[in-house]
Amino acid sequence: MRWLLLKDLQILRRSPAQLALLVVYPVVIALLVGFALTRGPEQSTVALHNATPAGTTLGVGEDQIDGEEIRDQLCDRVDCVDAASREEAIELVESGEATAAVILPEELADQIRSLASLAPQHPKIEVIVNRSDTVENQVVDDRIESMLAEANLLIAKRLSEAAGRYLELIRSGGTIDLLGRKIEILGLENSEKILRKLADKVPPGQDRAELERALRFAGLASENLDLARPMLTAITQPIAADKTEVGGEAPSLDTFAIAVTAALALMFVTVLLVAGSLALEREENAFTRLTAGLAGRTQILLAKLGLGTVVGFGVVLLLLAVMTAFLPIQWSRAPLWILAAAVAALSFAAVGSTLGAVTGEVRAASLGAIMICLPLALLSLVPDDAVGPAVEAMIGVVTALFPFRPSLDALAGGLEIAGSGTWLNLAHLLILTAAYAAIARLALRRF
Amino acid sequence: MPSSDSPQSQRGRPALAARGLVKRFGDREALRGVDFEVEPGEVVGLIGPNGAGKTTLLSILAGIAAPDGGEVRGDGVAWVPQHAALYRRLTVAENLTLFARLQARAGQGEAGPAERVARMLELTGLADRRDDRVGTLSGGNQQRVNIAIGLMAEPAVLLLDEPSVGLDPAQRARLWEFILGLVGGGTAVAFSTHDIQEAERYAARIVVVADGESVFSGTGDQLRQAVEADGGSDPAGRDDLETSFLSFLHRAGH
Repeated sequence: MRWLLLKDLQILRRSPAQLALLVVYPVVIALLVGFALTRGPEQSTVALHNATPAGTTLGVGEDQIDGEEIRDQLCDRVDCVDAASREEAIELVESGEATAAVILPEELADQIRSLASLAPQHPKIEVIVNRSDTVENQVVDDRIESMLAEANLLIAKRLSEAAGRYLELIRSGGTIDLLGRKIEILGLENSEKILRKLADKVPPGQDRAELERALRFAGLASENLDLARPMLTAITQPIAADKTEVGGEAPSLDTFAIAVTAALALMFVTVLLVAGSLALEREENAFTRLTAGLAGRTQILLAKLGLGTVVGFGVVLLLLAVMTAFLPIQWSRAPLWILAAAVAALSFAAVGSTLGAVTGEVRAASLGAIMICLPLALLSLVPDDAVGPAVEAMIGVVTALFPFRPSLDALAGGLEIAGSGTWLNLAHLLILTAAYAAIARLALRRF
Repeated sequence: MPSSDSPQSQRGRPALAARGLVKRFGDREALRGVDFEVEPGEVVGLIGPNGAGKTTLLSILAGIAAPDGGEVRGDGVAWVPQHAALYRRLTVAENLTLFARLQARAGQGEAGPAERVARMLELTGLADRRDDRVGTLSGGNQQRVNIAIGLMAEPAVLLLDEPSVGLDPAQRARLWEFILGLVGGGTAVAFSTHDIQEAERYAARIVVVADGESVFSGTGDQLRQAVEADGGSDPAGRDDLETSFLSFLHRAGH
């Protein structure tokens, strides 16, 4: 088997074009995929026209929100482009430079102030969206709803805080600025104290009873207003999310990207190489000569598995070494992810040997490798919650029969997460290796 | 050139013998009880129409295919496939070295791999092209390497499946010069061919296979005589062997 493996490596070394196709190309593709995954989604661009008069603050009493603060809040999750007018904002959307426009109307400040008056208005902002991009529509809708929710929350908090201070003033007393004049507010607590002093001086009778009633009211009002402040705060965000994570530990996005990149490169290199190499034995008529007393079919198969494992593993090591310049890789965990990469390479080599043995032609084997590997790898990347239960179960079965998903999980586990999951994935890969190798061996009987 | 002595007159222990070989592919019988043998140092040519069973017979004799009936006796059999079974991206020396190592590991031959390779490079006359990739060689030279690999194991019997197919006359002559030079040491050779003249020129004995049966075994002259005796030949004796062969097949109902 050693000489057969050496021969395959010699042939590989003599084929620069094949080396480029089987190694460089998948590595480049895998790197691109990895970077794309780590970069995250692009932010949408939104045109913003603030029509409120310059210097206008939005808010109630002392709690003012200036235009910049509102802008920062709105533009936290989108890239904002300032528009000088409503028309310019619409043009930006129509031209595609912005996927949506947000117009803050001139009367917005008054409308917000009115929220604290006896005749509150309903503040509104105008949103203009471009519906020509099907994919982006949903994203933009979600972003704008999120933007408005954030802005509403900010305003509600400020209103709540202002209202709380007014209530505190009513309860404890103090001064308030109104139209440039300081007005003193006595407050319920002070009123109660004054009334108490007076009550002590009033003899029992009708007047004393009336004072006692006023005292009880002032005391009750003071106590209850004390409870009103936390209630107001709670109203601004009545439901808070307390996240508890259950189930298996998931890798970080960076680790997931590294694992996806490595698994893709490993899959393409190993499957294509082994499938083509085995089919080449037949195309060059060497298989019959080898099996005429020089090497058994099992030995030839094992040599191909060795070839795929050695080359695939080497490519993954090279890939990870290059990726350390861009993404964090824990070299201290190398023994585990090296084992994962080696077992994954062996498993993909078994798939490649099956394809090569079944097709018996280099072209057919290569085409089959692409047609089978690509969709199965993509299926393996579909999130479980993205499809219904029936489709999820079907995808689960299909991807469990192919080494990509367990390779991805084993690599991710080796790179970041310790635990029994990684070992289960390795066992899964070994079972798949045995199954595919058995199919390949059967196919070699009629090769 | 082959020995002019009649094989029948020198019968000893055959280098390779097969009795009652049967091979079926589904419902079709490719071989129907074929007997075959070749003596040490003898060159036997297998001729017959397409689909007659020549390649199937050689495959079974080489041990590549298993018969459904009958038996084969003989050790040290090497088989050279019709199309060059070589790695085109490897050099001449690398191809020879690979197969020499595999043969040594399989216990075929006594010389070491390096010695075998050196000898074959000398015998094939390709020593100066040892580092050339096989894919860059002419068809004739590729076939020489192809046959050299079969001979490296120092076999008692060399089985060649249409060794000269695709070669021009000059290449063919050089190839046969090479083969006959190599077998002078007692190696038996059996080869299949569609070229009747080639069979008569290089084989000491011709075996005609038709419809899965061995229907004739003898020299070219004996084949002509058999046809003539049956009244199927030009009485003036102007028939070439191909005409006699076709007439023989026709009269035998094939």
